[in-house]
Amino acid sequence: MACISPDGKPTESGTKMLRALKPGPSSAEEIAKNAGLPLFRVRSGLRELAQAGLAIEKDNKYELSGGGAKLTD
Amino acid sequence: MEELREEVAHMPRIGEPAPAFEAVTTHGVLKLEDFKGSWLILFSHPADFTPVCTTEFIAFTEIFPELQKRGVELLGLSVDSTSSHIAWVRNVEEKTKVKIPFPIIADLNKEVSLAYGMIHPGQSKTETVRCVFVIDPNQIIRTILYYPLTTGRNMDEILRIVDALQTTDKHAVATPANWRPGDMVVVPPPNTQEMAEERVKQGYECVDWYLCKKKL
Repeated sequence: MACISPDGKPTESGTKMLRALKPGPSSAEEIAKNAGLPLFRVRSGLRELAQAGLAIEKDNKYELSGGGAKLTD
Repeated sequence: MEELREEVAHMPRIGEPAPAFEAVTTHGVLKLEDFKGSWLILFSHPADFTPVCTTEFIAFTEIFPELQKRGVELLGLSVDSTSSHIAWVRNVEEKTKVKIPFPIIADLNKEVSLAYGMIHPGQSKTETVRCVFVIDPNQIIRTILYYPLTTGRNMDEILRIVDALQTTDKHAVATPANWRPGDMVVVPPPNTQEMAEERVKQGYECVDWYLCKKKL
């Protein structure tokens, strides 16, 4: 897992993506721009964050889940 | 051996969609579709901690900024584990101060290697040869290079190929032998006699109607 470390906490890139989601639902392209990460890393990372229950996909956009929002506080 | 021959029978070809994959890499699990919209150079090396491969990884890292300027991502592959890749990347950085910035597929089950025809049993039954697949933003294979285990790749040629493909796409032209950015390009040859007669009057630099060049 590139965005979630074995102890279940987001890695540095995972945290960057979660922070980029804070303003509201965003596309992978928008998150890549805001987080300063390559698009392929963001697409793969968003899958991981969604699997970990930290982000939710809706209509090709991603937003923070309740758990994801807590981690960005 | 028979089974391996069967599996390598289908080799990807230029102009075909690149075979889809989902693979464990040093940057997490990546799918081919994650690279959609970018150019991608997928390349294989025989093994981690080997001399020629180490020189190639340093050379790929040196051209990485130039590739990024052209919208190209790099993705390495070998039949080694993620732990081996991580240890090798860290060793290269420790010994040479070069940090490998791109992901490397750990293709232990050879799924990707076989789909892309990267294992050539005449060279090695267990290692991938030195392949380069240039894949466009629509995930179509645009160029394939194969090098033997003993010959390190030429990074200038890889950059030149990317420049040539992008120039072709942008201007609907072809590029002549040894073309470099800034050189004249080849105007596509005419398809009819009428077009051939018109071609020689169009002000291009022509050897004859079928070989005309122009400046971009």
